[in-house]
Amino acid sequence: MKTRKMNSNTVLLLITIALFFVLYGGGCIAYSGKGFTHLQTFLNILITNAGLICVACGLTVVMLTAGIDISVGSLVAMDCMMLAVGMEKGIGAVPMCILIIVTGVVFGLVQGFLIGYLNIQPFIVTMAGMFFGRGMTAVICSKQVAITEAMNSTFYSWANAKIVLPFGGYMNNKGKYMAPFLRVEVVIALIVLLLTFLMLRYTKFGRALYAIGGSESSAVMMGLNVKRTKMMAYVLSSVLTSIGGICFCLNTMSGSVQQALGFEMDAISSAVIGGTLLTGGVGNVIGTFFGVLINGTISSIVKTNGKLASSWPNILTAALLFLFIVIQSIFAAVRAKKK
Amino acid sequence: MNTDRKKAHFLTKVKNWPLLLPVVSLILVMAVNIVHDAATGVNPLSFFIISLNETTSNGTILYGRIIDILNRGSEVAILALGMTLVVSSSAGTDISVGSVMSLSASFCCMLLAGYGVSSTNELAVPLVVGVLAALFMGALCGAFNGTLVAYLGIQPMVATLILFSAARAIGLLLCNDLIVYVRNDSYGYFGGFTGPIPTPIIIAAICIAIVAITLNKTSMGMYIQSVGINSKASRIAGLNSKRIIFLTYLICGLFAGVAGLVNSSRITSADSNNIGLYYEMDAILAVALGGNSLGGGKFNLAGSIIGAYTIQAITTTLYALGVSTDQAPVFKAIIVIIIVAIQAPPIKAYFRKKSLEKGVAKA
Repeated sequence: MKTRKMNSNTVLLLITIALFFVLYGGGCIAYSGKGFTHLQTFLNILITNAGLICVACGLTVVMLTAGIDISVGSLVAMDCMMLAVGMEKGIGAVPMCILIIVTGVVFGLVQGFLIGYLNIQPFIVTMAGMFFGRGMTAVICSKQVAITEAMNSTFYSWANAKIVLPFGGYMNNKGKYMAPFLRVEVVIALIVLLLTFLMLRYTKFGRALYAIGGSESSAVMMGLNVKRTKMMAYVLSSVLTSIGGICFCLNTMSGSVQQALGFEMDAISSAVIGGTLLTGGVGNVIGTFFGVLINGTISSIVKTNGKLASSWPNILTAALLFLFIVIQSIFAAVRAKKK
Repeated sequence: MNTDRKKAHFLTKVKNWPLLLPVVSLILVMAVNIVHDAATGVNPLSFFIISLNETTSNGTILYGRIIDILNRGSEVAILALGMTLVVSSSAGTDISVGSVMSLSASFCCMLLAGYGVSSTNELAVPLVVGVLAALFMGALCGAFNGTLVAYLGIQPMVATLILFSAARAIGLLLCNDLIVYVRNDSYGYFGGFTGPIPTPIIIAAICIAIVAITLNKTSMGMYIQSVGINSKASRIAGLNSKRIIFLTYLICGLFAGVAGLVNSSRITSADSNNIGLYYEMDAILAVALGGNSLGGGKFNLAGSIIGAYTIQAITTTLYALGVSTDQAPVFKAIIVIIIVAIQAPPIKAYFRKKSLEKGVAKA
């Protein structure tokens, strides 16, 4: 039997998970009259944040290598616009989705090449990627385009498909049974989450990512192909972002230049709250998943309250971020003292 | 023979000149303007023409594309000053400056108009109070960032991410979710004109002068660089590394407050959602364009300032070429990538190898 000691990273992850339950429990107690206790409220958080889960998974992968990818928000906007305009032109749903993912691969290859092989700082490269994505969205179409049933019935049916759960329903005021349901995008997001988790944990590539984030020079000496691995990390991030873009579009059903503004910061804050360090080498997608859920719970609570100003979710998320960063730095100080 | 050697000497001097990259990019932008003007049949030198024009609202003012670039580029130039110091001392970037601009402007307008008032012609408090409040708010945010980075040892990007998302939101709360208009001529002064010259240019010039004099006449510049190169060694050498890093963030926040004041004075209102949007990106870009490494250490203030005006020149040129505001980022992205790719170590090494081979072949 193996016995494992709890290290400080596990403790941090546990704090994140505990915080989510505290927040959600608090919401349940405070707003039980407004339907917060129904299972559907939780599922709605998953539905609205399905895209964010995929994007944050990609970002976690990049952050493990001590990099950053701030182009994700504009890439999501570009994906949505491409989907909307493509469907307006009468291209099928499946070819469009494949095209989106191919775009993601190309986008990631260019960024990854510049970062991995040319040694340019990730922040600058992905900032250029961010400008490019946002600008390209406007080049494709500068108006807001909505996807309707007449345009593409397949995509419309995906977006409106309800996956009904057999448990956890409730009777509404009129005595009608409301069954809780999920949407397609949640299933996609959860599959992405699971695959990323397994990839990071059990594959050579996943372990190489941690090694590079821990210490790049030791990774080189270990004989790892650092340049290639870094490039692949950015390709993976862009591909997951593209999948996230499709999920996001299934939820909003429109494309516009102003879409997904600040999405990259949501994703980064989710990952940081989930215990991923920007210095690399530490973190996993389970933490990130709970980070997204915490973000979602906060905005859900503010929405349920109805009286708070729209800027409160931002302030609360920032306050949480502050809390977590301080806890992390205390942990780091303790660890340094032990040595 | 002698002239040949002199020529080679001059070439290496030019090659190693730290301002080469920003100056070359600025010249390229001007060249594009001249070619475009010539192609469309306008006077090719119209880019450089500065004239005095009569206007109904502002009296006689200076007019011309260069004046416009200097005027519009003021905020980014002011931000780039603080950003250069931050990058140099802590090897990180302050991504909160845009949001801090918005918060300072909101706080200032909220005080001038009174809480909950959305439009006013009369100032509720003297203008000086509002201006000082904006600067104070900027410095306060800078101090917050500085404490996190210097004393708690948090990575700069994460530390400033907090205010990046919170500052703008707090500004909205201060303004009660409204756009606050301060329709008073005295408030419009900072974004208006002093005699014939746009005031933002003067404010930017004053800020640049203060920083340049401080860095040149005191050892502050050297301290900041030495902390950036090796903070442990600097501490052992007797410098208070933490306090120096803290100070650079404080200065950066203060300048963000100045930039916010100028930006909101231009539109005589506090539009919390839009003031300073993406300005942090432009400021960081200005630092990188100026030939400064984002990895900290040595910095070149002149480079950052030229970089800031180059960005504005690129934007103005794109508008002159008929590119829409939404589409301009595409070209900006391509230009950024080309500029940083030229600077990338592997490409530089490749060219060095090439020129060495050439030299060997000659011999």
